[in-house]
Amino acid sequence: MTISGVALLAICTLLGGFLGDLLGSALGVKANVGGVGIAMLLLIAARLWLTRRGLMTAGVKFGVEFWGALYIPIVVAMAAQQNVLVAARSGPLVLIAGVAAVLVCFATVALISRIGKKGETMDEIEAKARARTPSAGEPTV
Amino acid sequence: MEILKHALSANALLTAFAIVGLVMWLSNAISKHLLFGRVHGSAIAIVIGLAAAFAAGLWTGGDKGVVDIPVFAGIGLMGGAMLRDFAIVATAFEVDVVQARKAGAVGALALALGTILPFIVGSLIAVAFGYTDAVSITTIGAGAVTYIVGPVTGAALGASSAVIALSIATGVFKAVLVMVGTPIVAKAIGLDNPRSAMVFGGLMGTVSGVSGGLAATDRRLVPYGALTATFHTGLGCLVAPSILYLIVRGIVGG
Repeated sequence: MTISGVALLAICTLLGGFLGDLLGSALGVKANVGGVGIAMLLLIAARLWLTRRGLMTAGVKFGVEFWGALYIPIVVAMAAQQNVLVAARSGPLVLIAGVAAVLVCFATVALISRIGKKGETMDEIEAKARARTPSAGEPTV
Repeated sequence: MEILKHALSANALLTAFAIVGLVMWLSNAISKHLLFGRVHGSAIAIVIGLAAAFAAGLWTGGDKGVVDIPVFAGIGLMGGAMLRDFAIVATAFEVDVVQARKAGAVGALALALGTILPFIVGSLIAVAFGYTDAVSITTIGAGAVTYIVGPVTGAALGASSAVIALSIATGVFKAVLVMVGTPIVAKAIGLDNPRSAMVFGGLMGTVSGVSGGLAATDRRLVPYGALTATFHTGLGCLVAPSILYLIVRGIVGG
């Protein structure tokens, strides 16, 4: 049933929000602390549990995935209701923060990619996969 | 005209679905035909949304973007906290735990650094621009993580709408930079294998930036980058309004 998926998602989101509020008051922050993140972990756990028991029907999947697919449009709607006028007045902050964050991250990717053993490139992996399923006439490796 | 206005306002949420759908369609068309896939359609749509909010702010003098125009009130419900959190939680359904374990320690390291480094950079720049309260600094720092973590953090901490807009704009600008910049720097940063793609996804975080940037670099790398990137937003939403906020508050006070 599709509604079971939507309900599952709603329960996880509500429970996450509740636990986030609890955590917030426990920390004395007077705010929701990580409610969305907790809800995501709950949903992943629920999915694993349902799959293991064979209760993951197409309807349940559809009920959740439909909302996941709407995530970008909802972010667009969210963007359209922000106080952009005020943000634009402090424009340089956005430019500098954006550029600096991206440069730092690119540099770190380069660094982490170099330490440790080098992984196989996509080309090498595909070549291996081709070798495992040889077409007619080619020698088996 | 009055009758049309009534029909649109009485069905506010449906009007919002129709309008945002049109914007998404238009953005994908622009992405495909004008920019040849260089910039992901979703990033263009978000920029259009921010531009519309800017124009509406000029026109109405309000502080809620297009929502201050009665016909567009449904956008407020569609992009409000309730449906936003609902949809973000739903994306966790796509995370493949077995695949995620393969990324292992290096993926976790990339995720941690990908949250902390941009947050530090964003926070320092917020301070440099004269923000002194912990809530604003944390929200802008979180915006430098992704454009989702920014507003989720801002909403949780009760930041002002202007600061939330700044954090979204920072995150969106970062996403656009990632999309456009990735193909250019791909070789230099060793982005040609699944492992570095997972590191990349964990560090860059923004799902649209990562999937757009990797798609323009090597289509086959997309799932690996998106896999770690999907954890990124959840992690950011978890730590930014909690641990990171408490650290910032501990440093600047109040």
